[in-house]
Amino acid sequence: MKPAEIRLEQVSKSYGELCVVRGVSLTVHAGEFFTFLGPSGCGKTTLLRMIAGFVEPDEGRVHIDDQCVNEVPPWRRDVGMVFQNYALWPHMTVFENVAFGLRERKVPRSEVKSRVFQALEQVDLKGVEGRRPSQLSGGQQQRVALARTLVIQPRVLLLDEPLSNLDAKLRIDMRLELLKLQRDLGLTTIYVTHDQEEALAMSNRIAVVHQGQVVQEGAPRDIYEHPENDFIASFVGQTNLLPGTILNAADDRIAVELVNGPTLNLSISASIHRPRAGDAVFLSLRPESLELLEKKSLPDGVPGIEGRILASAYQGALVEYEIAALGKALKARVINPKGKHQFQAGDEVALTFAPEDILVVPSKRDGSVKE
Amino acid sequence: MAVNTATLLIGRRRIDWWQSGIMAMVLALLTAFIVYPVLRVLAISLSDDSSSFTLIHFANFFRRPLFREALWNTLWSGFLVVLFSAALSLPLAFLLARYDFRGKVLLQTAATLPLVIPPFVGAVALQLILGRSGMVNLLLMDWFDVAVPFMEGLSGVVLVQTLHFFPFILLNTVVSLSNVDSSLEEMAQNLGCHGFRLFRRVTLPLILPGFVAGSLLTFIRAIDDLGTPLMLNYKNLLAPQAYLRITTIGMDDVDGYVVCVVLVILSLAALLLARKYLSLSEYATVQRAAPAIRRLGGWKSVLVWSGVALVLGISLLPHIGIVLLSFTKIWSFTLLPSAYTLGNYNEILFRAPHFVMNTLRYMLLAAGFDIVLGAMIAFLLLRTRVPGRNLLDGIATLPLAIPGVVLGVGYLRVFHGWDFPGANGPLTSSWFILVIAYTMRRLPYTVRACYAALQQVHITLEESAQNLGANRWRTFMRITLPMISGGLIAGGLIAFVTSCVELSSTIILVPRIELGPIAYGIYLYMQSPLGRGAGAALGVVAILLVSLGTYLTHRIFGGRSGNAFRI
Repeated sequence: MKPAEIRLEQVSKSYGELCVVRGVSLTVHAGEFFTFLGPSGCGKTTLLRMIAGFVEPDEGRVHIDDQCVNEVPPWRRDVGMVFQNYALWPHMTVFENVAFGLRERKVPRSEVKSRVFQALEQVDLKGVEGRRPSQLSGGQQQRVALARTLVIQPRVLLLDEPLSNLDAKLRIDMRLELLKLQRDLGLTTIYVTHDQEEALAMSNRIAVVHQGQVVQEGAPRDIYEHPENDFIASFVGQTNLLPGTILNAADDRIAVELVNGPTLNLSISASIHRPRAGDAVFLSLRPESLELLEKKSLPDGVPGIEGRILASAYQGALVEYEIAALGKALKARVINPKGKHQFQAGDEVALTFAPEDILVVPSKRDGSVKE
Repeated sequence: MAVNTATLLIGRRRIDWWQSGIMAMVLALLTAFIVYPVLRVLAISLSDDSSSFTLIHFANFFRRPLFREALWNTLWSGFLVVLFSAALSLPLAFLLARYDFRGKVLLQTAATLPLVIPPFVGAVALQLILGRSGMVNLLLMDWFDVAVPFMEGLSGVVLVQTLHFFPFILLNTVVSLSNVDSSLEEMAQNLGCHGFRLFRRVTLPLILPGFVAGSLLTFIRAIDDLGTPLMLNYKNLLAPQAYLRITTIGMDDVDGYVVCVVLVILSLAALLLARKYLSLSEYATVQRAAPAIRRLGGWKSVLVWSGVALVLGISLLPHIGIVLLSFTKIWSFTLLPSAYTLGNYNEILFRAPHFVMNTLRYMLLAAGFDIVLGAMIAFLLLRTRVPGRNLLDGIATLPLAIPGVVLGVGYLRVFHGWDFPGANGPLTSSWFILVIAYTMRRLPYTVRACYAALQQVHITLEESAQNLGANRWRTFMRITLPMISGGLIAGGLIAFVTSCVELSSTIILVPRIELGPIAYGIYLYMQSPLGRGAGAALGVVAILLVSLGTYLTHRIFGGRSGNAFRI
């Protein structure tokens, strides 16, 4: 079946006083892998359930291709959903589970059989058709749930944190398999997760959801490298947020006075955000973009932040440091530490960074969130 | 390190003694009062005059048309009661579990009301309304000159029992339905399934194990019920046959014991089947989200209400009848009583108050013993590794499958002959035998409540208290007991409530009239037309007691009160 396009228009949903989705509009293109990313309780699952038809929006419209489906019940929508807990029916065998949707669609008996086996093969499961779900491992259950949805060739695939019940290693394997499957089938896929790493690794585009709103929408690189506010910067990946005030801004250069710290003169060609003098902002510095030097070896004239090592953790591929500086505890990650000096707690250091690695993000709290 | 291990081992061994002691004590008690009496009944049915093994009595049982007919009637009426109860319960349960509508609380309460009226009391009341010269037939005679034999023979028994037992299946089904994980149904909808198909293909199979188990338990209780057939004067069932044999022909009539054994076999088979089904039902429990409750309004709710009102109106008939009768002076061949009085209450509260007093004493004692025993058994099963736990579990469940008549007959046989130490005579001539019978009969319910309560207390909660310096006793008093007290009290209340209406073992075991409880009093009063009013007044007292207990159980179990009546 041709992959569908999903369009949400100003959808909202409240449960009593609690407003879980507030005026969300977005479009998921045909064949795209799209992710709702956000902390638990942000409304991302409600958005997914709206598309599946289990939640009726109070306001706004849900479109599949060009049809408004607000009035269409779940069983006529043809959107495949995989539940977080897999929702395999315990009273049916694996075969019966996978065949369920086909039987509902009155597919001829002979075709049911071949399609079920084909679907199981697709998800790399063979020889378990006769078993009950309780006799399968978590990874196998996951595959059955996926096969059960894929076998009906849905117009859209909805995945509600499908990997969250798997152990860490299996999760990474399944991630790649899921991605391969999605690319092969060209299915429009909407994925819900709170795991930013998963979202970055799998998606064509991500919508970051916070308090019922989409706060940023874009490709993984955009989101990570150009977060639009301090919440996104710290939720998607780790970062150090240094509060400060813009002293003056002209063309591509600004001067920022950091709280408890020096004034930095920066080029902001990399930032989308154009601050004005007087704005309260954060400077976002990813831990991996910080470089550590001994304090006394800092060359004159190079901007740097002085600090003292609080803790260091050697992890093989990298060393993680916590540094007391500017009245905060900053994180730094030195990648590929082989042959480099490892600092110890108490060492006096200087932090430097390439100016292009600094991002100026507006403080969400001053109300400059993009609506 | 070596020293540590050694003390640990010694410590463990010392505790084991303690636990084994409790285990041995509990097992001895249960063996003496559950297993041995039943085995004794079995032994008598299997031995001839010279005490050697024989199957001749069973061959005789099947040779006699009277017994064959009683066996068939028992199976058939039990089946019908379950069938009609299920047919009543399923739609009501679905409404209660999945829909919200105006007056739902009223329906929930009304649905539990049949539970509070002892079936044999209901039988009397229904006679007045549906019997040969009851209200309905008087009206029918007046208008159409026909009478409908609602209450004649087996159909009367089935009618009374259905009205009494359907709430058990109903409550059971409501719990099963609200335990179904909503994603299991949503997934089916997502794949194109809805409406009745959804119910048939997904919901029903998910609740089926719990439903079947509940039905089998109802079957057991229906064939155990001795009071209803006696009240309706229908004797051709196994339970009344056993009772009549033993009481009229005598303790030495072997046929009575054979009938008892057949009854046990039927109940045991149903219980084992129920257990097998329940072990399949693990999966129907909530994993994530309970099903959504839909709102019903407009003409649909009107439609629902008229159906519900009809069903519940009929099931409330016994209550109406019994209350009327309790205020009756004369009521004979008239639509309503022709003269009213308060004399019946005067009779049972002041002239012969011992029935009520006895009941309170027996029930409180039995409930107390059940709580202690239930808590000990739950502890042994969940918190220790003492050998013999499977045996204990099995024996503690066994009373479900031992009809009251059989236990009564067994007690008479075992404890009749010798003087019990401290009882000034045989145990069977003391009222304490009734307390023992009630304790044992209701033990499975209390054990279940205590077990469920203790299971909720994760072992780490106790371990962290010990880790913070509380010893075993302090841990029990400060952590475990507060957390399980609700379950213990609920377990005791269930024992209290159900013992209150127990007639089948009572009627056999009551040593003297003045030692009888309410149930026995009702039975006695109902034997004579003049005593019916007083019997009904006692019935009202029983209803009030049971209502109180049921209400308190509701308060403790909250919305999940159906759990109390599951096995």
